[in-house]
Amino acid sequence: MAKLSQINTVKQVNENQCQSCMPLGGVVAFKGIENTMVLVHGSQGCSTYMRLMNVEHYNEPVDIASSALNEKQTIHGGEANLKKALDNVSRVYAPKVIGVLTTCLAETMGEDMDRILRDYRKERVTSGIDIIQVPTPSYGGSHTEGFWAATKAIIAYYARPTEEHKQINIIIPHISPADIREIKRIFDLFGLTYTLLPDYSMTLDRPYGGRYQKIPPGGTQTQDIARMSGARATIQFGLTCPDNLSPGLLLNQEYGVPLYNLPLPIGLQNMDRLVETLEKLSGRSLPDVIRQERGWLLDGMADSHKFNADGRPIVYGEPELVYAFSSICVENGAAPVVIASGTRNSLLMGLLGTLLADVDEHPVVLEETDFAAIDDAGVLTGANIAIGHSGGKFLTERRGIPLVRVGFPIHDRTGGQRVLSAGYTGTLAFLDRFTNALLETKYESYRELRKEEMGIKEGV
Amino acid sequence: MEDLCTLQPVGPTACIDEREQSIITTGRSKTSIACTNDSLAGAVSQRACVFCGARVVLNPITDAVHLVHGPIGCATYTWDIRGSLSSGSEMYRNSFSTDMKERDVIFGGEKKLAACIDEIVEKYHPPAIFVYATCVTGMIGDDIIAVSKEASNRHGIDVIPVESSGFISGNKIIGYRAAAEALIRLIRPKEGETIVPTQKLNLLGEYNLGGETWLIERYLTEIGVEINVAFTGDSTVAKLKKAPGACLNLVQCTGSMHWVARKLEQTFGTPYIDVNFFGAANTAESLRKIARFYGDEEMERRTEALIVREMARIRPEIEWYRKKLTGKRAAIYVGGAYKALAIIQQFRRLGMDIVMTGTQTGKKEDYENISHLLEPGTIIIDDANPAELEKFLIEKQVDVMAGGIKERVLAYKLGIGFVDHNHDRKECLAGFEGAVTFSREVYITTCSPVWKYLKAPDKEV
Repeated sequence: MAKLSQINTVKQVNENQCQSCMPLGGVVAFKGIENTMVLVHGSQGCSTYMRLMNVEHYNEPVDIASSALNEKQTIHGGEANLKKALDNVSRVYAPKVIGVLTTCLAETMGEDMDRILRDYRKERVTSGIDIIQVPTPSYGGSHTEGFWAATKAIIAYYARPTEEHKQINIIIPHISPADIREIKRIFDLFGLTYTLLPDYSMTLDRPYGGRYQKIPPGGTQTQDIARMSGARATIQFGLTCPDNLSPGLLLNQEYGVPLYNLPLPIGLQNMDRLVETLEKLSGRSLPDVIRQERGWLLDGMADSHKFNADGRPIVYGEPELVYAFSSICVENGAAPVVIASGTRNSLLMGLLGTLLADVDEHPVVLEETDFAAIDDAGVLTGANIAIGHSGGKFLTERRGIPLVRVGFPIHDRTGGQRVLSAGYTGTLAFLDRFTNALLETKYESYRELRKEEMGIKEGV
Repeated sequence: MEDLCTLQPVGPTACIDEREQSIITTGRSKTSIACTNDSLAGAVSQRACVFCGARVVLNPITDAVHLVHGPIGCATYTWDIRGSLSSGSEMYRNSFSTDMKERDVIFGGEKKLAACIDEIVEKYHPPAIFVYATCVTGMIGDDIIAVSKEASNRHGIDVIPVESSGFISGNKIIGYRAAAEALIRLIRPKEGETIVPTQKLNLLGEYNLGGETWLIERYLTEIGVEINVAFTGDSTVAKLKKAPGACLNLVQCTGSMHWVARKLEQTFGTPYIDVNFFGAANTAESLRKIARFYGDEEMERRTEALIVREMARIRPEIEWYRKKLTGKRAAIYVGGAYKALAIIQQFRRLGMDIVMTGTQTGKKEDYENISHLLEPGTIIIDDANPAELEKFLIEKQVDVMAGGIKERVLAYKLGIGFVDHNHDRKECLAGFEGAVTFSREVYITTCSPVWKYLKAPDKEV
């Protein structure tokens, strides 16, 4: 294990949050299932906040229903409201699936969700709607855990012993619709058939045109999820996914589906690992198109390596993305000086140890942290660029550190849903954004800086 | 009403029976609108919660710390949520949370709250800390009043509890009230303190979005009146404490501030009048009202001079936009009624037809005022949801909508223009120049070339 210098974050107060709350991640996962509506059991505000954050990032209508508990129901139980909410959602949206996520409030009230939903199913036998329940209190974890928990719950709900078949399961963490589409393209090029879960590449990034539908078309089909138990393998991009939340591990332990738990294919070596796995599974060698793309990436890495050597990045956000983007930085000679996540995740620490074994300078690593600590660490280490979601905007505003926006949420720029970083192509696209951010700062300031350093006065 | 449930022959219906009373058609509906109720479960209301209501009112106080006592989400979602500008401290743009975890929920969060306050005081020495209750802390019964009081004594600063547990209601208005009580607690003079009376006025319900408070201040300075403090745009704790020294309170955002104005009148005897600085006509009328209150002839003369000059300045521009926009069909869905009223008038001024209006928090009398302004056959909705908005945006063949972020994405998906009139907007829409900016905002979206391409028949791919 490398010697990682760490800032001690024993403070109690969280100042400028680096993570969102657990049900939000659950919402995104459910939005990746065909014909699904989401219902949040709690007070009205939770659903509205989560809609707002998703809307600002995806630039799509993201409808989320609420059981809209008030004071009386909070004291006497929210069963009637929850059932009424299910009725109304069924009526207006006619979904095939309703994902029911709890909140702090429902969990603190001690709502017996299993019992309430069992009764509801009995009372409405004819509805034929699948109701999938996931406990997601905000105090139980961040949106990262909420995403994994919901994805696992969806598989647990549908998976049954089934005949073995040739398809591959792909399980993704919370990435952009553009990245999902790129991953699917890569699998297609290897001639593999697959079920990708949760597939919100169309539902949270729908093309314009046609008649508006309240539930956008697309998403993983439930009959395909039911067959994931018979797949020849699961590829899960979830190195940092804890075992107790791991959808791939569930399929492995319950149904014996071999699990390839890989890093996201962001970064040269990470994408190489995916390619090796796909060569093995498909029996085909690297398709020419992807070989070319790899070549373009290598070419780009050479072109910009000297610029990148000036980079002292802060990488923050969800653990899986933090690992992937830290990898790109290390590969390109811009080793991160601060690595941070709002989520507590000891798996990330172990992975970083290996990744950073050979770097010249060990970064400050922060877990379960906030932007006040990230800011302190950035100043301490002389960071000059940041990689992460819009929460880092103050690094630019207050410290002049440029921010390369990736992850979720991106609410102060457009196109959060289209940010591409996966595959060799996405890696190169990211690398160009990163290098250009460094160059922009450099060209803006190097003349003045040099004059200052040399004490050169105007006209002298 | 009569055509409410006759939507689309196939697929789901937009209509929930229990919502019928909250949607009326002017000139046709016999009953008055059902409003101010809790949102219906499962209806996908556009409303937020009590905590949100409280935070949006208090957050623009620039040098205060806003500490959310609860699990992380509530703080994350309301971090730097408003477009309010500051002339000084940027403290309000930070979001502090006690970040309660499972163990805190089980064992109680009071100790953690006290520790968080201590840390904040040590690091920043703020003049005041607002401590917001959330669902969980309300539910487990954390005594934020006692913790705040002790912390206040310990540190000699104002630590003010805001009783904003989300589950109290889905209606933001209740949160406005929680904020109002916190404000009154802050400005009530301590024993032995006296506030010197002045000829200045307070501007209540003005949040300095896009520097709007500064613009209004410029007008008032010109006519010879000074602002004592605005509630709460670009205010500071010290300035707010001087609020009782004003001789008049102006109330703009009525939803959030009428209660405060009445309380200030009861406690300090300060009278209040309603004003509205959205739209040129409203701005002129508001300035006249203020001048009349002071009963100073010279001030009234200066006011008229200002109005004549500004009206003359903006008229050609407004007329240019009016020509482009006449006959376009507009929809409005906003948080508060005063905003809806102002937007109706401005759309009218631009020659546009209003075909739908709605609010999240309007009251019966608000809706009556709105109805009087509208042509027969206009849809009015209280506490709308996306399905209803979609239905009427399509049916009424709307060209442009004014509203907030959640409505924007729906409008765009339906190929409809959109004007942001929400609490995080960046544009100044108040006063005379705001009327021009508003017209431009309407024009650039309603008449954008992109719709031509979006509305062309789908290409076969």
